[in-house]
Amino acid sequence: MATAANIVVTPVETPPPAAPPAPTAPGLVDGRVAEERVSVASQWQLMWWRFRKHRLAMVSAGIVALFYLGVIFADFLAYADPYASEGQRTLLPPQAIHLFDDGRFAPFVYGIKGERDLTTFKRVYVEDTSRKLYVRPFATGFDYKLLGFIPTNMHLIGLDGAPTETNLFLLGGDLQGRDLWSRLMYSTQTSLTIGLVGVTLSLLFGVVLGGIAGYYGGFADTVIQRLIEVLFSIPSIPLWMGLAAAMPRDWGIVQVYFAITVIISLIGWTTLARVVRGRFLSLRDEDFVKAAELAGAGPWRIIFVHLAPLFLSHIIAATTLALPAMIISETALSFLGLGLRPPAMSWGVLLQQAQNVQTVALSPWLMIPAIPVTIVILAFNFLGDGLRDAADPYGV
Amino acid sequence: MLTYLAQRIGLGILTIWVVSVLSFVIIQLPPGDYVSTYLAQLAEQGSTASAAEAESLRVEYGLDQPVYVQYAKWVFQMVQGNFGMSLDWKRPVADVIGDRLALTMIVTVAAILFTWILALPIGIYSAVRQYSVADYIFTFLGFLGLAVPSFLLALVLMYFGFVVLNANIGGLFSPEYADAPWSLAKAWDLAQHLPIPALVLGLAGTAQLVRIMRANLLDELRKPYVITALAKGLSERRAILKYPVRVALNPFASSIAFLFPQVVSGSIIVSLVLSLPTVGPLLLRALLAQDMFLAGTIVMLIGVLTVIGILVSDLILMWLDPRIRLYGRR
Repeated sequence: MATAANIVVTPVETPPPAAPPAPTAPGLVDGRVAEERVSVASQWQLMWWRFRKHRLAMVSAGIVALFYLGVIFADFLAYADPYASEGQRTLLPPQAIHLFDDGRFAPFVYGIKGERDLTTFKRVYVEDTSRKLYVRPFATGFDYKLLGFIPTNMHLIGLDGAPTETNLFLLGGDLQGRDLWSRLMYSTQTSLTIGLVGVTLSLLFGVVLGGIAGYYGGFADTVIQRLIEVLFSIPSIPLWMGLAAAMPRDWGIVQVYFAITVIISLIGWTTLARVVRGRFLSLRDEDFVKAAELAGAGPWRIIFVHLAPLFLSHIIAATTLALPAMIISETALSFLGLGLRPPAMSWGVLLQQAQNVQTVALSPWLMIPAIPVTIVILAFNFLGDGLRDAADPYGV
Repeated sequence: MLTYLAQRIGLGILTIWVVSVLSFVIIQLPPGDYVSTYLAQLAEQGSTASAAEAESLRVEYGLDQPVYVQYAKWVFQMVQGNFGMSLDWKRPVADVIGDRLALTMIVTVAAILFTWILALPIGIYSAVRQYSVADYIFTFLGFLGLAVPSFLLALVLMYFGFVVLNANIGGLFSPEYADAPWSLAKAWDLAQHLPIPALVLGLAGTAQLVRIMRANLLDELRKPYVITALAKGLSERRAILKYPVRVALNPFASSIAFLFPQVVSGSIIVSLVLSLPTVGPLLLRALLAQDMFLAGTIVMLIGVLTVIGILVSDLILMWLDPRIRLYGRR
């Protein structure tokens, strides 16, 4: 199952390129010129040329970039205060947005009338077709600080002539009548950054421990290798559940956030440490390492100055592949109520409302947060695949 | 052979030890101890206990001793089969867990069997008919299977079961068998309920295995002996199934080592969504109620069963693959 740590994606077969790809600029048809360019190209250039050929990875890179743009501008993309609950709008179904009014492009939504069905006591909503509320770009809404320091109240969209917060529900409303779209924007922010912080931490663990194992070898290597094997054969979820549940209940959002990143990074470091160790083993007997040693460089200097840059590209690829596992772990823990807790928002927290079938059957839109989870994880997997293939420009 | 066996068992014992330490950490980590939790419970019910009483309770439970002594006691009692009391249920932990542990393993094994049965033909097909439409479809489905966390898949399946079939597809037993004693009819009922959890839990592993099988078989198919066999007029089916598949199957058997912990992990969350009577929901409830003895014991038992599962699969692998036996003898 994918919630566990070990997401191993074997590379997608790409047709083996005969020679390192030459850029297709006009005038470079002469093979010798192209060959010359390849021979003087830097490692990063070769990697980029190779990466460009992996179309799925390119598309995925675009998707990931879009998501992170969304992370940066979450407040701008959200049009309603994610905490503003509205008792008159609980479990409101997603609204249809009408793009054309009388043949002219003027997106609008109809006003909503909510009333309680007196036989089932469920709230039912009907569109009030006499009230057209036009959607306006760059409308004003709740106050926030753009990028954390520019105070503004401008949002991507808003409604003309009626308060946006109580009338616009593109993806519907949740149990407390909060706008799902806006909450999704903020959740994306949390879920995607928690993955990044977690992967940075496990990278640190991985490089240090993998580096020690690979550089020193011998006893240290045996101990670290066994530790990795042991951690691999333990079912991770119950363990992390236990650790997460042991967090004091009175911790604030920020403390919980960091505790969770530490817990999920405990999952990720093993794979990264393996990659680093393998690279170290293959590089440590090179002449330049001996030269550096003879010149009096200490082990830390050799590891970080001489060796690390050589396999940086591999580490980047491995990191990209480790990210989806982190994101799933956070989502799973929060989904169980052991990760981030309600005032905080994340994909897992949103999905918690969709935990029981009765709710989901009546309001299927509560499952919408599962869509970005799936897309992001797929995109990261493809991106990591492409990077891994590209990281070895001289390989097959 | 013996060296290999000793190595595996040694690693297994090491793993169990690490799991026991981690489980103990889980039990110890929340602030306070059993007695302070107990006192809080008493206070909730309106009665109080004096400081002297609390102290005598601590002595009785051995909570006044250093942590390592407590750890040793906990392990020692566990070996004897005494898992302590559940605070939440006020019953011995062993009673509370009951059948659930066995059911967890049944679900896990079913999921792994499902993974194999599905991954083998798909993997062979994808390799033999590389870049065919079906290969692309399987590749795409495989990536989707990897990307969708199993609890979300369970959620979506539950929803469609509810909307389309108008039935609850969760659970492991029909209501009439849920509390009935074990019988053939109950086992059959269980078997009928197994496919959905097996599908949900097995999908990610299936996707991984198909990729592995496909890559291995592709390597094997390009080797000269296959071409020779075909050139000599062996039918394609025989030429492929007789040798290349057997060689490519090897990593299949060793896949248990990573599938097992993965599926056990997954079953914990999936059980909640599909309301399966495994240890998963019990563990979550114990954790939320800070019933740490129950939680720690469950984590410990899951860990131990996983280690045993991996060990057994390694032994099977050793029996299947002569190369490992030879390696061990050297």
